[in-house]
Amino acid sequence: MNRRALLAAPVLLPAIAVAQGFTPQNPECIAPAAPGGGFDLTCRLTTRVMQEQNIVPVPIRTQNMPGGIGAVAINHINAQRPRDPNVLVAFSTGSWLNMAQGRFGRFGENDVRWIGAIGADFGVIAVKADSPFRTLADLIAAFRANVSAVPVGSSGAVGSQDWTKIALVARAAGQDPRRMRYVPFEGGGAAMAALLGGHIQVFPGDASEVGGQLDAGQIRLLAVMSAQRLPGRFANIPTAREQGVDVEWPIVRGFYGPPQMPDAAYNYWVDALRRLQAHPTWPEQRNAQGLFEFNMVGEEFAALARQRVAEYRQLARDVGMVQVAQ
Amino acid sequence: METFVALGGGFAVALQPHNIALAFIGCIVGTAIGVLPGIGPLNAIALLLPFCLALRLPPESALILLAAVYYGSGYGGRITAILLNMPGEPSAVLTTLDGHPLAKQGRGGAALAITGIGSFIGATLSVIAMTFLSVPLARVAVAFSPADYVALIAFALSLLGAVGGVSAPKAWAAGCLGIMLALIGIDSGTGVERFTMGSFELLGGIDFTILAIGLFAIGEILLLIETRLRAQAEALHGGQRLTFSEVIFCIPAMLRASSIGFVIGVLPGAGASVASALSYTTEKRLNESNGKFGQGDLRGVAAPETADNAAQIGNMVPMLSLGIPGSGTTAVLLGALLMYNITPGPLLFEQRPEVAWGLIASMYIGNCMLLLLNLPLVGIFARLLTVPAWVLYPGVLALSFAGVYAVSNSAFDLLLAIGFGVMGWLFRKMDIPLVPIILGFVLGRMLEDNLRRAMSLSGGEVSALVASPVSIILWVMTLAAVVWPFLRFKRG
Repeated sequence: MNRRALLAAPVLLPAIAVAQGFTPQNPECIAPAAPGGGFDLTCRLTTRVMQEQNIVPVPIRTQNMPGGIGAVAINHINAQRPRDPNVLVAFSTGSWLNMAQGRFGRFGENDVRWIGAIGADFGVIAVKADSPFRTLADLIAAFRANVSAVPVGSSGAVGSQDWTKIALVARAAGQDPRRMRYVPFEGGGAAMAALLGGHIQVFPGDASEVGGQLDAGQIRLLAVMSAQRLPGRFANIPTAREQGVDVEWPIVRGFYGPPQMPDAAYNYWVDALRRLQAHPTWPEQRNAQGLFEFNMVGEEFAALARQRVAEYRQLARDVGMVQVAQ
Repeated sequence: METFVALGGGFAVALQPHNIALAFIGCIVGTAIGVLPGIGPLNAIALLLPFCLALRLPPESALILLAAVYYGSGYGGRITAILLNMPGEPSAVLTTLDGHPLAKQGRGGAALAITGIGSFIGATLSVIAMTFLSVPLARVAVAFSPADYVALIAFALSLLGAVGGVSAPKAWAAGCLGIMLALIGIDSGTGVERFTMGSFELLGGIDFTILAIGLFAIGEILLLIETRLRAQAEALHGGQRLTFSEVIFCIPAMLRASSIGFVIGVLPGAGASVASALSYTTEKRLNESNGKFGQGDLRGVAAPETADNAAQIGNMVPMLSLGIPGSGTTAVLLGALLMYNITPGPLLFEQRPEVAWGLIASMYIGNCMLLLLNLPLVGIFARLLTVPAWVLYPGVLALSFAGVYAVSNSAFDLLLAIGFGVMGWLFRKMDIPLVPIILGFVLGRMLEDNLRRAMSLSGGEVSALVASPVSIILWVMTLAAVVWPFLRFKRG
């Protein structure tokens, strides 16, 4: 990657020479949330492994910067340290949605440098074990019959990740997602409780949060929303695509850098992530965060980020969710 | 019988020296966290978790430590609430109502002692209930529908008038103000921004900690400045120590508070604030003839603190038996399990008994430790008041600000707290009670969320709110609570 970038941009030669000599100084990982959330874990655990395995020679400090579900952090790096080579910011698919819906103000997918992903969780469509829905096709048929008749519940408001997940399924059934009977809960746990209590019929959750109930046979998964089947306890669960419904929902977690992060530093961090992903102890550490393998870094990843944000923006427009015209 | 064998296995784990030591550390950290208004157990656990992993603690030991921080925090919140009129955590807000008057009468030590005992009784009875009834209780808890929650929260709100001191209309107005503050931020139903005035910082809503620190801590300090610090430390001596007969006198209140706290705690999403509010108002209503609630009734501190600890333990029931977090803090505890590659869920008791039962056994031990820690320390805590006010209050404020800033990293939050402080100061001068603001704030958000859930589930059919026996009973009680004061007035 380094080499290709170097060939593509001969004018940057001197900069790249420094690039190979880039050493992070007091590097910092910004988690745009209070301690305890997904962003916080992305920072704390990844940076710990990076230091323990000597991928990055100095410790990386984790800095919590909650506010506006990430808006404060993206504003901060754009306004105050757009060139800082020593700062990483944790993001997830939720950040892409926020960009698409204009929640980060004027800042969008082109106002950061996408460094890479460390892994991904995947959406699942869960129903109670005794539900009449046995396959995704059953749910699609029910949506077609009357999309407002199926109570769906999950964490987050209309327009949030979990809502978008099931909205894509409703759209695949040819229905208007806004007509869904959607019930927002405070966190996936409360939604799971409502599913087990029979108050909602469908819970579009994440693979990492349904394992316990799946093992105990209390719920059934109609589909996993990944490109391929997931390993382990999910091996028997077909993907949505296998069932003829062309939707995917990876919850990618990773890092971005400031918009004008020097190439030297950018390449350094891209390489650090690549070495992290190649490290033999990484899969175990990643699994502990509830993440599946999703190795993509550098320009390839930046392209994916831009493509996804564009898709979500289109969806948001279709269902009238955009806050600020972009 | 099976349960006793399993619990015995749990004690074998919890009584290992290193696990006892970890529970002890957790209890101390938890108490400290509870004392400081700025930082809560959720943040503390999240910050400790990476240390557990780095130290390669086995999962049961990590959970014993982290859970001890959680239930230990329930003991700490009362200290500043009673002595300084600054609640250290949400559920300690009710404790200020009688706790601070007691401290002013020189009975701060007695209030600390009775709440320590109450916390122990509440927590221990809850652990016993959890040991034997965990699984069936959790099943019942998930059957509680959004409409039932609406009725429960409406009932809690209907008691607002009882916590407002002299003037019920002022209490109601303050409660409404709290509800209005809770509306700020992204609307949970539609994702629309409300009352954020374009500010990113307000998108996520106002944090409870900020509101509480502002209204109570900063407001109190402004009042002190105004009175030129003449209001010197309350007479510490002269007040009677807690007597045995007083403990006996409070026992019925504690038993009621334990059951209220535990039941509310088991419901995912209700929590300790609701529990302490309900138990305080219950005691006040039950003892109207012989109580002096609001002016320093020991039962008025014992009840909310007992319920608080009982609810915290109850919160762990759905977590352990169903793998469902009942609150933010238990969600982080569940996350800790996940990090150890343990899937929290209904099979936890079978697959990893050493974790589940070890934790439960450690809670018996931890609560005994907390009682033994807290009773002798009462004197030392109470001596806090001998520190001159001009040192003490700014010191506590500085610690709170440091805590808030450490968690949120935002100067905006500090400014917001100061703004609420000015509001709190003005309200004190106008005799507008602050506790209803806090309760309105906490309950208002829950009420709105659940009402919308209930409405979208029923497709907008209002009758769904009274569809279940539980909700009907709760609505009747709500109605009674609203009408009762008027009836009493007529009789009088």
